[in-house]
Amino acid sequence: MIKFFISIGICLSVTIVYAVDIPLEFEDTAQQQRYQQLLDELRCLVCQNQTLADSHADLAQDLRSQVFSMVSEGQTNQAIVDYLVTRYGNFVLYRPPLNAYTALLWFGPFILLIFAFIVVYRLAKSKKVGDVKLNQEDHLAASKLLNQSDSNNQG
Amino acid sequence: MLKYLIPLIVFSCLVILFVFGLQNDPSIVPSPFIDKPLPQISLPTLSDPSVSLDTSDLKGEVTVINIWATWCIPCRQEHALLVDLANNNDVKVIGMNYKDNRDNAMKWLEDLGDPYNIVLFDEDGKAGIDLGLYGVPETFIIDKNAIVKHKHIGPLTEKDISDTIIPMINELKITPLINELNTEL
Repeated sequence: MIKFFISIGICLSVTIVYAVDIPLEFEDTAQQQRYQQLLDELRCLVCQNQTLADSHADLAQDLRSQVFSMVSEGQTNQAIVDYLVTRYGNFVLYRPPLNAYTALLWFGPFILLIFAFIVVYRLAKSKKVGDVKLNQEDHLAASKLLNQSDSNNQG
Repeated sequence: MLKYLIPLIVFSCLVILFVFGLQNDPSIVPSPFIDKPLPQISLPTLSDPSVSLDTSDLKGEVTVINIWATWCIPCRQEHALLVDLANNNDVKVIGMNYKDNRDNAMKWLEDLGDPYNIVLFDEDGKAGIDLGLYGVPETFIIDKNAIVKHKHIGPLTEKDISDTIIPMINELKITPLINELNTEL
């Protein structure tokens, strides 16, 4: 039983773990924030569903140290991102840029939404019940049915 | 009648989309260097650290660049094929030993054969990053003007070599070299 509680405790104590190599020394917290922010937006190419910050892959470690040295040198975020994009393509970006290749990715959902609106509109329109012309016989049949249900309710 | 066919048509479109999607391997990231000049890299050779080679020296000949390491198991699988390729074809094969140990790498070439004209030694993996390397082994083919024409990620198979690599080398061999004047511009 104690073991059970210990294991539950261990499970609950697990939080988000960043892959940490060596303790990094930043000049100021702004640099550290920049570093962390960059790593969170860059994809590891080996484990593609992980960011550079999360991945334990060897290459991710190398790229982290590369990003660290570029941040320490005071290079801009744009320069660092460009450095990686020229080598690995836009694939390293978790936020793909808008260009001819990614236009469908960006606008596809809106096109589908417009399409869905058109379908719904047309369906709704075709189901619309217009004025129905009733003749004498229909009126009689209707009032007969109504009266019938009235008397049923009363009885 | 057409109304009842619509779901079937939509379903068929989805199936086509999925089949198309499944044939793409997401682990293969297209190289941004295709049809671009090979990045400038200068590395010492494996056998002699005092000698170094610059990638701009590769102009003038169709070259296969193979990146390998002794710790890489698929490299062992592909190595015999590279030895065959180098022996049976008139092509320059350059090796790049990635994040490895010199002695291990030398022993590997002694034991398994050496298909490479020159082997470069990338100890810290920096040159690997410059080439956009993310999985060893990787193989590039560059043309006479040192323009990257093909990148293969992962171990080469017999089929890759006979269907892609060799035809590409032969095709690139007959394409003319842009003369010096143009490249300087």
